[in-house]
Amino acid sequence: MNRSWNLLAPAGFLLTLVAFLSYFIFFARYPFTRDFPWASLLLFAAGLGLVAVGLRRAFRQTERYRGKLSGTVLAVLSVLVTGLFLTYNFYLSAQLPASEGAPRVGQKAPDFTLPDTEGNQIALSALVAELGEQETAQDNKKRGLLLVFYRGYW
Amino acid sequence: MQERLEEFTARGIRIVAISVDPPEVAREHARKQGYTFTFLSDEKAEVIRRYDLLHENGKGEGIDISRPAEFLLDATGTVRWVNLTDNYRIRLQPDALFKVLDQLGLVWNLWRQLPSASAPE
Repeated sequence: MNRSWNLLAPAGFLLTLVAFLSYFIFFARYPFTRDFPWASLLLFAAGLGLVAVGLRRAFRQTERYRGKLSGTVLAVLSVLVTGLFLTYNFYLSAQLPASEGAPRVGQKAPDFTLPDTEGNQIALSALVAELGEQETAQDNKKRGLLLVFYRGYW
Repeated sequence: MQERLEEFTARGIRIVAISVDPPEVAREHARKQGYTFTFLSDEKAEVIRRYDLLHENGKGEGIDISRPAEFLLDATGTVRWVNLTDNYRIRLQPDALFKVLDQLGLVWNLWRQLPSASAPE
């Protein structure tokens, strides 16, 4: 009797690969699917589910389905890909310094001078002074400054 | 942030972005993304270090970068609000900040009416 190919395991593995790649290509662009990667986690769950069913079939219904070895290999790979994603998203990206010495609410922000994109030297105190001037001029248009420190692009 | 820049401006908030990127990289990035806010380059991470925001080897290959962080300063240069994410994947949402601004707005307006407004310390 010919045994059927067991396509659920490779399909599941492919789905975990899609889940992994689609996060970085697509879902990470949108805060809704990035801040908590629920869409990616659903894809991973579906992929692992398919692999699990395929593997179960290969072992329980040996007379009907192939894929004990390939199913096992694919299951291990799927778990590895999922593990990599979880490690990146919930462990590596959370490895940040404590920043206990960062300026706190109520403290003066330490002054500094840095070049802008045109090479002009810009002092924080000068930027802050601009806010002050606007205020005394009864102009409510500039009342605060948001300093955004970011990781950079490369 | 750029899409919401008008809302920041309407609330009287100027955005200043700081990273270890050299001015050319920041300029290129701003041009590509259409960002019009101020970018400052802290290539030696001196300011980032002084603000205790240095993420050692944050880029890999032994290169230190800034951790993400946001500070809201008022017209006296005093920090009024700080946001230090505990996962760099999770970024500041403008709406969350607008909420804070609208709450602080009341305080700010009161503050400005006080005779000692210029010397809060």
